[in-house]
Amino acid sequence: MRLICSMALLMSLLTQTVFGATPKDMLVVLKNIDDIVSLDPAESYEFSGAELLANIYQNLVQYDPADPNHVRPGLATRWSAGKDGHSIEFVLNPDARFASENGVRADDVVYSFRRVVHLNRAPAFILTQLGWTDANFDEMVKKTGDRTLTVLWKGDLSAGFVLNLLASRPASIVDEKVVATHETSGDLGNTWLQQHSAGSGSYQLKLYKPREVVVLEAVSTSSAGAPKIKQLLFKNVTDGSTQRLQLESGDADIARDLGPDQVAALKAGKDITVEAFPQATVHFLSLNQKSEKLRNPAVWEALRYLVDYDAIANQLLAGQMVVHQAFLPSGFAGALNENPYKYDPAKAREILMKAGIKNLSIDVDLVNTPRFLNMAQSMQASMAKGGVTLNLLPGTAAQVITRYRARKQEAILFYWRPDYFDPHSNGKAFAYNVDNSDTAPQSSATWRNAWLVPDLSAKTMTALAEYDADKRAADYREIQRIVQKNSPIIVTFQEASQVAVRSNVKGFKVGPTPDLIWYAGVSK
Amino acid sequence: MARSEYRGGGGDEPTRHWSIVIRSVIRRLGVAVAKGAGALLLTSIGLLLITFLIGHASPIDPVLRVVGDRASVETYNATRIEMGLDKPLPQQFVRYVGDVLQGDFGKSTNTGRPVLVDLFSYFPATLELATLAIIIGVFLGIPAGIGAAHWHNTWVDHSTRIVSLMGYSIPIFWLGLMGLRIFYARLHWVAGPGRLDDIYLYTVPVWSNVMLLDTLRAGNLDAFENAISHLALPVGLLAFFSLAYIARMTRALTLEELSKEYVLTARTKGAANARVLWHHVLPNIAAPLVTVVALSYAVLLEGAVLTETVFSWQGIGLYMTNALFAADMQAVLGGTLLIGFTFVLLNALADLLSTFLDPRLR
Repeated sequence: MRLICSMALLMSLLTQTVFGATPKDMLVVLKNIDDIVSLDPAESYEFSGAELLANIYQNLVQYDPADPNHVRPGLATRWSAGKDGHSIEFVLNPDARFASENGVRADDVVYSFRRVVHLNRAPAFILTQLGWTDANFDEMVKKTGDRTLTVLWKGDLSAGFVLNLLASRPASIVDEKVVATHETSGDLGNTWLQQHSAGSGSYQLKLYKPREVVVLEAVSTSSAGAPKIKQLLFKNVTDGSTQRLQLESGDADIARDLGPDQVAALKAGKDITVEAFPQATVHFLSLNQKSEKLRNPAVWEALRYLVDYDAIANQLLAGQMVVHQAFLPSGFAGALNENPYKYDPAKAREILMKAGIKNLSIDVDLVNTPRFLNMAQSMQASMAKGGVTLNLLPGTAAQVITRYRARKQEAILFYWRPDYFDPHSNGKAFAYNVDNSDTAPQSSATWRNAWLVPDLSAKTMTALAEYDADKRAADYREIQRIVQKNSPIIVTFQEASQVAVRSNVKGFKVGPTPDLIWYAGVSK
Repeated sequence: MARSEYRGGGGDEPTRHWSIVIRSVIRRLGVAVAKGAGALLLTSIGLLLITFLIGHASPIDPVLRVVGDRASVETYNATRIEMGLDKPLPQQFVRYVGDVLQGDFGKSTNTGRPVLVDLFSYFPATLELATLAIIIGVFLGIPAGIGAAHWHNTWVDHSTRIVSLMGYSIPIFWLGLMGLRIFYARLHWVAGPGRLDDIYLYTVPVWSNVMLLDTLRAGNLDAFENAISHLALPVGLLAFFSLAYIARMTRALTLEELSKEYVLTARTKGAANARVLWHHVLPNIAAPLVTVVALSYAVLLEGAVLTETVFSWQGIGLYMTNALFAADMQAVLGGTLLIGFTFVLLNALADLLSTFLDPRLR
């Protein structure tokens, strides 16, 4: 009898109607957060990390959400470039407070930048471009008063470029008084900050369970703006179908990693809106110049006519890719929005025939996710019509990156997302390589495809040093035309992020880079 | 019959009999523990060595997981040295084993936490799922298997075989998604993916990481009920798959026993079907069944990666798979040790139980 009663109780528990609805003051975001390695701004280099840190920390200057090519005041209310052309003086906002209620001081800024240089973790290269080293740091970042400081740099760099670097994630300002109390073995609080926060942004880190959940709590006193929603809950749901079900059931407010099928299904439903936001990520097919058969510019040109751009962007990955054939994504200053190449197998055959190239067969490395597999299979079919055989070599992202970094691929279907919002981040990746030796590894697409370009590199460095914004943009357009016309890196698409949001959520937007997603203005 | 013969002696006989049994139990227990410890040690070292070598033969650079693919050469080299990857392989292995012996399983590059902390966090999630699933699998699978054998070639047998076949052939992720679509999204009978609703998840103090225990310990009956609701679908799904295996094996074992001569003899002597099953067949198939159940349980404890993915269940299977894909060797080695330990432990327990259940081994 007792057993029967227990079973009846269990069944009654199981068959109760469970309705989902997220609390009014909590925003539940479904997202794959597996990529997070650390939440220390001096170490974090992952997409998910950048998005969280943008809401937890502030910088001296911030990218302007209306036009990220310009910066607006952050913790610094004003700044002025030095007459020497190698310095900027900043004045801090006297009302700015950290979540701890400590006031933001020049010491905090110096400490934060020193951490990045001294710890020398993944994103350190962004700030060390300014010529900062452990040895010269004290001369490069100087406190001149309680709330004033001067930042100096070495090399021919424009002040605009330097401001763009100072608005990037590793230049986030941390609360020295809090972090210093958690230093162990001279780690400048790195271990503690990996899973805690000490910032002045609209939110602070309440809970972080790796690969499971991140909870951010509103900081009502933040000078970045008091958030309308008290808690943000990022749940690690990696499967798109599961994200869809939870969103439909009302157990979540926003789903971020949906495939085309899930998006199509959600578009048909009520109470949910799907929006696409252009991303700064560009996709490309590149040919490693270590392979002799891929050095002929006729191959480069022919392959540009063998990608069925429209089929991929409008059918296979509808809403997730836009045709874009230049290395600066649309939205960046100097972006080239001309797409001169169309799918034309007859023309490609003619180019290859004239160059005396027959039976071209290329091994292509790619990441084994549906997005890359779809693109690669389409290219395999379209290129076959031009007489080019693509042998696809799918692998996990880690495998593909390992091979690419070691320049072991023959060709690769890959992507590039800028490290910071400035055209030089992509310019250096696609149009700069002055040392092609194996002993001088670079992260650029040029080096990783062994494409040595001394002349183009000189143009890239000239554009970097250009003070006049219009002239600088014109320089980048010229460089992109060269790469677009005659390079082994075939830029094909610009990514878009499709996000499904429940209709009671207002004000949510996805910026072109992860650190341009702010939650303070979101309401329910 | 045999039992009544044993019991048929004089007054001291039972006492002497039990003293012999207890001594035998202690002796066998000692032997089993010694064997288990030896097997565990050997298996652990072997597992570690093989996993370590496979991990280092993997075409993935573990440093890139930590520094990303755009870090400077200086950052990359410094991190490589920090991770000890600049040392020769034998030295790396010896150092790792030395650390493990001191209780240091290293730090996971994927989560940034000590591996031991990760294992204590993720394994209980799998343990909870697997234990409930195996209990249901055993309680339904064994009777179904015996029933199928007893009513051989009738509708009972055919139904059991069809259910077993479905358990083997339907992809688990598909069934999981269908379950979620019907029972969670459409009928709202059960809670969705995850282990607790958001309103409970971060308010129930973590004690054992087994949600049923933690919610009960917190005295939060609403959260307890919610935990059951979250468990219902993934447990049901895994129970179905273990049930399919257990039922099929039970049926095969029972049929084999039923075809033996002693069963024919018992029947010739007029024993009823039920008596034949309960008193003759079941005691004889109990020992191999224990092995079948132990094996099923061990497989579930390894972590059902697809189930864990569909239900966003942060268990050991998902943890290990992610670690493998990122060449997070400390996590892979730690997880391998835990799973190896679990296998050896379950095997030892199954051996021990078999010894007492199998009349020929007593």
